[in-house]
Amino acid sequence: MIETAALVCIGAIAIAIGLNVYRLALGPDILDRVLALDTMVINAIALIVMIGIWYATDVYFEAALLVAMVGFLSTVAFCKFVLRGNVIE
Amino acid sequence: MAFVIELLTAALLVVGAFFLLVGSIGLAKLPDMMRRLHGPTKATTLGIGAILVASMINAWAERGFLSLHELLITIFLFLAAPITAYMIAKAHILHDRETEEALPPTGVGTPWMTLAPPEGGREAEGGAEGGAGSPGSQGA
Repeated sequence: MIETAALVCIGAIAIAIGLNVYRLALGPDILDRVLALDTMVINAIALIVMIGIWYATDVYFEAALLVAMVGFLSTVAFCKFVLRGNVIE
Repeated sequence: MAFVIELLTAALLVVGAFFLLVGSIGLAKLPDMMRRLHGPTKATTLGIGAILVASMINAWAERGFLSLHELLITIFLFLAAPITAYMIAKAHILHDRETEEALPPTGVGTPWMTLAPPEGGREAEGGAEGGAGSPGSQGA
């Protein structure tokens, strides 16, 4: 049963990433693209956790945590760049 | 008992997948930036949260001990999501002239704080930060 649920979940995440790519390509403004990248990072974290469940191992947890931190920092840095034209003043 | 745990894990996985999909559909379909901003919050909190709880229960059922360190990701995302949304919304308001002009009046006689900080605050800030905030020093 878990296998079926995991397959459904991975399929839904794949569709979600496809929708994010649509917004990333189409987004009229630069901040739409930043938001699409941020959502894509969220979906990537979910996908990494799903790999951890699928192979029943613990090593993917650290990868998910690192991706979460890098995604947050890059989003904030990008917004700061759009706001000020500079990241570290 | 094993069946109940398996059922719970599968249900949490499906719920998490549903909210991740809803967040991305909202991002793709909503009409403008401020409305798009609130679609992915469902994915960040409920979607990731349910999948991480499913992962914890699965690890507990398979290896016999409860690992709480998946909660670290949830806590980090709960702390990070409001900051991200604030930064994107502020950058959007200051970036887009139409949004600035469409803002309703504040009703107290002063303009919006984001667009025009009060004079006293700016002077008090000026001594400490020097020319860092002025437009002329940015190109140097």
